[in-house]
Amino acid sequence: MAHTQASSHQKFHRRVLESKAGLFTIVTTLAISVGGIVEIVPMFTVTAGPERPDWVSPYTPLEVAGRDIYIREGCYVCHSQWVRPMRAELLRYGEWSRAGEYRYDRPFLLGSRRIGPDLHRVGGKYPDAWHYEHMRDPRSTTAGSIMPPYPWLLERTMSVEDVTASVRALRAVGSPYSDQDVANVQAIIRMQADGVVQRLAQAGIQTEPDREIVALIAYLQRLGRDGRRAIEQGLTSPTEAAR
Amino acid sequence: MQYTNPTRLDESVYDDDVVRMFFGATVLWGVVGMLVGVVIALQLAWWPANLGLPWTTFGRLRPLHTNAVIFAFAGNICFAGIYYSMQRLLKTRMWNDMLSRLHFWGWQLIIVLAAVSLPLGMTQSKEYAELAWPIDVLITVIWVVFAVNFFGTLATRKVKHIYVAIWFYISFVITIAVLHIVNSLAIPATLFRSYPLYSGMTDALVQWWYGHNAVGFFLTTPFLGLMYYFLPRAAERPVYSYRLSIVHFWALVFLYIWTGPHHLLYSALPDWAQTLGMIFSIMLLAPSWGGMLNGLLTLRGAWNRVRTDPVLKFFVVAVSFYGMATFEGPMMAIRSVNGLAHFTNWVIGHVHSGALGWVGMMTFGTLYWLAPRLWRRDLAYPNMATTHFWLATIGIVLYTVSMWAAGLMEGLMWRAVNDQGLLASPAFMDIVNRLDPFYWMRLLGGALYLSGALMMSWNFIRTIVASRSGIRAPSAAAAVS
Repeated sequence: MAHTQASSHQKFHRRVLESKAGLFTIVTTLAISVGGIVEIVPMFTVTAGPERPDWVSPYTPLEVAGRDIYIREGCYVCHSQWVRPMRAELLRYGEWSRAGEYRYDRPFLLGSRRIGPDLHRVGGKYPDAWHYEHMRDPRSTTAGSIMPPYPWLLERTMSVEDVTASVRALRAVGSPYSDQDVANVQAIIRMQADGVVQRLAQAGIQTEPDREIVALIAYLQRLGRDGRRAIEQGLTSPTEAAR
Repeated sequence: MQYTNPTRLDESVYDDDVVRMFFGATVLWGVVGMLVGVVIALQLAWWPANLGLPWTTFGRLRPLHTNAVIFAFAGNICFAGIYYSMQRLLKTRMWNDMLSRLHFWGWQLIIVLAAVSLPLGMTQSKEYAELAWPIDVLITVIWVVFAVNFFGTLATRKVKHIYVAIWFYISFVITIAVLHIVNSLAIPATLFRSYPLYSGMTDALVQWWYGHNAVGFFLTTPFLGLMYYFLPRAAERPVYSYRLSIVHFWALVFLYIWTGPHHLLYSALPDWAQTLGMIFSIMLLAPSWGGMLNGLLTLRGAWNRVRTDPVLKFFVVAVSFYGMATFEGPMMAIRSVNGLAHFTNWVIGHVHSGALGWVGMMTFGTLYWLAPRLWRRDLAYPNMATTHFWLATIGIVLYTVSMWAAGLMEGLMWRAVNDQGLLASPAFMDIVNRLDPFYWMRLLGGALYLSGALMMSWNFIRTIVASRSGIRAPSAAAAVS
């Protein structure tokens, strides 16, 4: 509007760009593309190194089912899975999170908010029975907690077909499950679930291996374990260790 | 407030029905989205408000709140404002009425599907991209419908020159399409579940490239477009600087897209990418303030009217909050500041000074400016608009101040180490329980903001009902004659 003393650049902008909608759109598209290309494309050219370690294994079918429940209930809304390399975080949570630990995370669940504590090193921190009671009534294990109870996880059952569909889709996007893994989802789930059920029984809790809580516990107990083992055994790369 | 009646002759040329439809949807979904916000604010202050039902827990309702206020409230006002201003700036009707309606009803269908599927736990978990893959497909189709209509209108325009507001609209249409498609690529497992093509830190980077540019190109550029059209019209002053608008437009759209990695500072993302995200976020301050200054300086010579005109009041506060939030953002993107702020309520405060301050107040100002023109009727309760303005402003202040305080306290307590080198507050719950007073104060701020929006809804309902009764208010009658 106010353009009485336009420079030559402005005249060019006004005469050419501002009167040609197609050209303006093309230039805009180029302008918004550069940053994304520069930042994202290199992530795909990585085929080895810390982002692609061999010390991390894909989630078992039961853990996949547990992770799907974690996503469905929006656990990631209040809990991060991302220990930052800072003194206080190492003291509070343990080893900071390595890139390779997320290798089979689809979708990623780093989170953006800590209404509750970080969970990336929660695996093995509490017994299975603690998680069971915590989901039934968070205040029974943690006084003053503001987490809602999730009693339906103790009742609802998971379907093997559903988990098989997830494992198939994950294999299609690149998680290394074998044909045998896909064919034996039911048996693999049962084996791991029985272990959780037995440990709960030892604590006096009776449940069935097809309950959602069993899958969620299996997933939570898995969190951070590969990474912690690799760090203890010195398998993480030297560049990462030096950071 | 006395309004002249510039739309009377326009009616035959322009399609204002679709603007009225998007206007109504904005008000309706705005109230719904803010109400869900107040509910989840209550849940943090008082956990029994989760109600013990799977579909009313915080983890499921929080994504419903963000989706409702971003895509339903902000989305619908962008479309209303674009359809209204584009036709007038290009002196032509929208290219195809059928596409306009398909866009409207398709978008509302997406919102309804979101409102049903998110409480049911159907989510992809990526922030602001939670919706299940079939809904993602529908979004793509409807966005193409909008884009075809948008560029069809540009192609058939009667004015050669393309005004600055439309540059911002172009960047909105293009960039949202690119972001949505790239971030949503996934392989379906069941009808409502899918897994992304990307994994781990790559998925995180793609998501935050999307996530921060949803802020940039859904909540910033279209609203700057609205600012460039509606603020000069309301102030009856020309835009302050044409040169500034060129410089800040190109700088903004080029720089914004790089800033996503500031959501991943101190993560396992490669350091070079984190640093790029930080540097570009800091540089973004310049074009952001270019827009703010161009908006505020457009009011030169009209400041006396800010005292009496609620529309200008809303616009002034909106642009001021834009300036404040775009100063705070770059500061929070500095690695060491981010180390303190990240994961805390400070981020929630920052987001809401942009969302309640910039997006919300721009929307209210635009709605109050449009209502008398779309329904050819003075506002039923002009003073109520001013009351709304003050409720909203006080609400924002309570909200942001409480979240700043809560965030700083959390961040400092999380990291505090005592003389022995041990955590000063080793029990996480001790820190959580100290947040209570701030959560209640935030709830009060949010409730004030919502009550203002409810007043606005009532005001519009009365205005529209009165316009349908055929009895004209004196000033409107005077304007017609």
